[in-house]
Amino acid sequence: MWSFSNIADSIQNWLNQTFSATWSLVMQMLIAGIAVISLFAILGLVLVLMERKVSAWMQIRLGPNRVGPKGILQTLADTLKLLVKEGLTPAGADKILFNLAPVLALVIGMLLMAPIAFAKDFQLWNLNIGVLYISAVSSVMVISILMAGWASNNKYSLMGAMRSGAQIVSYELSAGLSILTIVVLCGSLNIPDIIYSQADGWWIFKGHIPAIISFVIFIIAVTAETNRAPFDLAEAESELTAGFHTEYSGMKFALFFLAEYVNVFIVCAIGATLFLGGWMPFHIGQWESFNRVMDYIPSSIWFFGKTFFLIFLIMWFRWTFPRLRIDQLLNLEWKYLLPISMINLLLVTVIAILGWHF
Amino acid sequence: MFEEIGTTTEGDLIINVGPQHPATHGVLHLVITLNGETIKKLEPHLGYIHRSIEKMCESLTYRQFIYVTSRMDYLSAHINNQACALVVEKGLQIEVPDRAKVIRVLMAELTRIASHELWWGAMAMDIGAFTPFFHAFRERETINDIMEETCGARLTMNYMVPGGVMQELHPNFQKKVKEFIKLFRLKVHEYEELLTGNIIFQNRMKDIGVLSKEDAISYGCTGPVGRGSGVSCDIRKLYPYDAYDKVQFDEVIETAGDSLARYMVRIKELHQSISIIEQLIDNIPEGDYQAKTKAVLKLPKGEFYQRVETARGEFGVYIVSEGGTTPHRIKFRSPGFSNLSALNHMAKGSKLGDLVAMMGTLDLVIPDIDR
Repeated sequence: MWSFSNIADSIQNWLNQTFSATWSLVMQMLIAGIAVISLFAILGLVLVLMERKVSAWMQIRLGPNRVGPKGILQTLADTLKLLVKEGLTPAGADKILFNLAPVLALVIGMLLMAPIAFAKDFQLWNLNIGVLYISAVSSVMVISILMAGWASNNKYSLMGAMRSGAQIVSYELSAGLSILTIVVLCGSLNIPDIIYSQADGWWIFKGHIPAIISFVIFIIAVTAETNRAPFDLAEAESELTAGFHTEYSGMKFALFFLAEYVNVFIVCAIGATLFLGGWMPFHIGQWESFNRVMDYIPSSIWFFGKTFFLIFLIMWFRWTFPRLRIDQLLNLEWKYLLPISMINLLLVTVIAILGWHF
Repeated sequence: MFEEIGTTTEGDLIINVGPQHPATHGVLHLVITLNGETIKKLEPHLGYIHRSIEKMCESLTYRQFIYVTSRMDYLSAHINNQACALVVEKGLQIEVPDRAKVIRVLMAELTRIASHELWWGAMAMDIGAFTPFFHAFRERETINDIMEETCGARLTMNYMVPGGVMQELHPNFQKKVKEFIKLFRLKVHEYEELLTGNIIFQNRMKDIGVLSKEDAISYGCTGPVGRGSGVSCDIRKLYPYDAYDKVQFDEVIETAGDSLARYMVRIKELHQSISIIEQLIDNIPEGDYQAKTKAVLKLPKGEFYQRVETARGEFGVYIVSEGGTTPHRIKFRSPGFSNLSALNHMAKGSKLGDLVAMMGTLDLVIPDIDR
């Protein structure tokens, strides 16, 4: 059947036959790089439009509907505007760090794309410690925000950056622990292994209540990690005007904006991979015929469907909840989420050792 | 005076919130001394939108000066105009027809609902919830449409004149108001479901920006801010004007004095306003909408004062007349100014995020503070 992995394999075979081994590898890397960059751009366009449409739907508005049919070209027009806008560097700013920060934010997003399985056996880099790699690289994200806040030489930016530093470092713990529960359950850090272990049912169904608890904690923690409302204290429009990116304009701002949305996509993709089976179709135990029917839906549709469902969930939060205060935010993590996820991890370990999961 | 130019003193961070800032909803300038995220001192700076309305009014006749007051608290434009009309009527001892009185009260209550709606949306936006803003504006738009039909304007209606109201009600008025009230009862419930019960919202509001009863009195806080601290200060109840003595309504008083109390006062006031409108909408007396007045109004020599309850609190008009066609001296007592003065007291020691929530519950309209 038609699938991404077949296309990838045929391209690889063709390259190997036509070029020498070294050149073939270089070409493959180039193609992968271009694919990631274009996926990045497309995701940015789609997610920004989706956010605007979702918010409009929740706020009894129409949303963008002028540029292109149903406004689908609106983001393109916005990007064009941001491209031609002057990218200002404030006089008192640390020029190198100031200009480096948005690029760093983007690069981290791109790095995180590598081990994600977009479709059946379709992955840029099959890393045996994929999950660890993701949590390690995503924690570098805070550096770009701190860098931006510090280099801007603006008090609002600095406060936004400090808030964000405290927030991301705290919530990383819960996110990491809830990822660990799945790792404990399936006994592997490799992303394809994790997905194949869900062939007879997704972990959220197989792992009893602890898996559901860790899924909820994961969603809360990643919402905070990506600085999305109700945890958008780093930006906190009504308090800090725009937080860490107050001084950014033009394309530099656009890079931050893009990085935010791509990060949302990535964390949702990870959530879908770990808890909802990634590209794995919805299977129920031994129901062979049902599973066969589900397999007819292409794996990439399963993956993107689940991911976009989680993205919608996170957007739903943003347009419903008021923002937390900084001390409440840290209380929530250190007093509630962290102890709960620790106990939860213990429970899951017991379940895994005794083999109680399905 | 020039403190705000320096960056730090004793390691504190001094930031200027405003004059252009998303949370101030106007050109208010707050100089805040911060220790980390905690507020040590807060100093409001005014004057960015000063238009010397009081001085302007001294060169306008008693018919003309009313319209300038719409530009002060533009969300209570009707009620400001009403106060001015009342003080002129008091000076000239004009007997206002009953019909005009009832129409005035109806309009004032509709204005109050519209104002509280905008406050609700803007305050929710201050604490980070965007959606309520749009939901509030949907209903506010209906009120604006009703106003537009009768008064010809949506924001600065200029409908009140000395002796009554400017023109007859639109034939659709009663029908539309009844429809609106029916819809609005459901919507208020929806608002409460969306925001009031939310745990994040409760945590952001409860025990934040506490203003004790004594402090509220000494700072001169009125309106929902004063009543949230347990001060009985509803002018409609204490010194009834126009048709307020003919209607049944409760003065909403909460005793906690925190942000949540101020919030609840306004939400409950919405219900009271609905009930006032319901009592009057079917009982608008027949008769003239305006008393016969002289073409040129001249207040007798003396001093005149009238206070009314706007959506933000007690609004007073003080006129000194020398007997001419224009006031000799005019002074407005605006509720926002006194309410703002309590902000430093309330905000001291709380977090920056709470300041925004507090300002939201004070319901500041900057042109009202800075006339």
